[in-house]
Amino acid sequence: MRKIFIDCPEQIPCNPCVHICPVGAITIEGSITNLPKGNKELCTGCGLCVAACPGQACFLVDTEFKEGFASVDFPYEFLPLPTVGMTVKARDNEGQTLTDGTVEAVIQRESSHQTAIIRISVPTKYAYLVRGIKPITDFVKAL
Amino acid sequence: MSDSGEKSYDVIIVGAGPAGLGAAIESGKAGARTLLLDENQKPGGQLFKQIHKFFGSKEHFAGMRGFLIGEKLLEEAVKHNVEFRLGARVWGLYPDGCVTATDEENSLNFKGKKIILATGASENALSFPGCTLPGVITAGAAQTFVNVQHVLPGKDFVVVGSGNVGLIVTYQLLQAGANVIKIIEAAPKISGYGVHAAKIRRAGIQILTGHTIISASGRDQVERVIIAKVDENFNPIEGTQQTILCDTVALAVGLSPRIELAGAGGCEMTYSKTLGGVLPVHDDNMETSFEHILIAGDLSGIEEASTALDEGRLAGCRAAYRLGLMTLEDYTSKKVMILNRLAELRCGPFGNKRMLAKEEIWKKAV
Repeated sequence: MRKIFIDCPEQIPCNPCVHICPVGAITIEGSITNLPKGNKELCTGCGLCVAACPGQACFLVDTEFKEGFASVDFPYEFLPLPTVGMTVKARDNEGQTLTDGTVEAVIQRESSHQTAIIRISVPTKYAYLVRGIKPITDFVKAL
Repeated sequence: MSDSGEKSYDVIIVGAGPAGLGAAIESGKAGARTLLLDENQKPGGQLFKQIHKFFGSKEHFAGMRGFLIGEKLLEEAVKHNVEFRLGARVWGLYPDGCVTATDEENSLNFKGKKIILATGASENALSFPGCTLPGVITAGAAQTFVNVQHVLPGKDFVVVGSGNVGLIVTYQLLQAGANVIKIIEAAPKISGYGVHAAKIRRAGIQILTGHTIISASGRDQVERVIIAKVDENFNPIEGTQQTILCDTVALAVGLSPRIELAGAGGCEMTYSKTLGGVLPVHDDNMETSFEHILIAGDLSGIEEASTALDEGRLAGCRAAYRLGLMTLEDYTSKKVMILNRLAELRCGPFGNKRMLAKEEIWKKAV
């Protein structure tokens, strides 16, 4: 099951994640600058928070995606979008490439206001380290 | 078209960014005859350059992209009968409430019972050999190029400064297809929000802290920059120079309140390092040393669009109250609500410093 994973380390005034979650799985107690908490029991893995978070700090992780592989859903706002089946460089928060990943889904919803959600599979040990991919830069070269 | 006579309004607002729009909405809503002046051809201030999703709470349209917030605010201002005068550069403000402007052809004269200045901020420059070469621009200019004009001002960028402006503009340059080679930051750590930094680091951009730009050089335009490590006093360390080939340097080294008009109006000034430098003394009703001149947004201290919007709303309500269009009871309840929202935005490790600085300014107004 895909479940919410939040990497929101700093106390900044922000709470769209709380309002977008249809099942109340994300809460911020007290002040708006407090850090959000994700409740994996309640989370249905819909991914609305992944696209809504202005800080791109919400992810979905499925540690049992496939034998030996986890899936990670993350927001992506570059063009061109990757395509399903593509091999991509999976990166951590510092931009270090951890491993190759395979694009499993590219999700675009109108309610996400142009933020796509990309799902990639990676070896399970990287499940909670992957935060994105090296952007596909083909179109930059074409310029 | 010529304006020979002087047009009178209850409230004249200068600057149609988030603060000015917030003020106009509240003043218009209260029934004040409201005029909103802006030197640009389009209202919205910096909002229409902001293509990223905003932080904040629901009341601040959090999660919405900046330009869409601008559209929403405009719609609301129009609904409340706010009169817009665009392309009008205000150059004078007199003690009797006279506001003089020019639309490049005519001199325009207006008279307001209350004046709300929401003139925003200007970007700081940085002086180094080669800083006048074509290719050295501010981050805000780079943002205007890519997000408003849809033109890349260069190919290979070095961004100077890792505050939120530097981080956001870098992200947007990447979205526009630019190659950002590095961000350099003189401070020992990244100064903007970690989440903004993470967005660009994930994309592979290195943020080099403890480094400054030494010089830019090139034949007719920037072709390379030299950067170096700095010591704890921000002095370059000998032997740490490195050359980076690039064609554009985008400076994101802070903002300063645009105080010229407030100065012309005679408003008492004060200094706050945290809030960006010299700014008009004001109280927590946004009134300056002159009761009829109010201020809001970056002019009253460099913060964010969400704080600017709420400060504008507060100034608009205050002006309406002073004009007798709002009861003290109504005003007080609105003020408490807005100040509570602002206090929320001004807490946490980033906001708290600004809260304390604001309180210092308010004390001076007593």
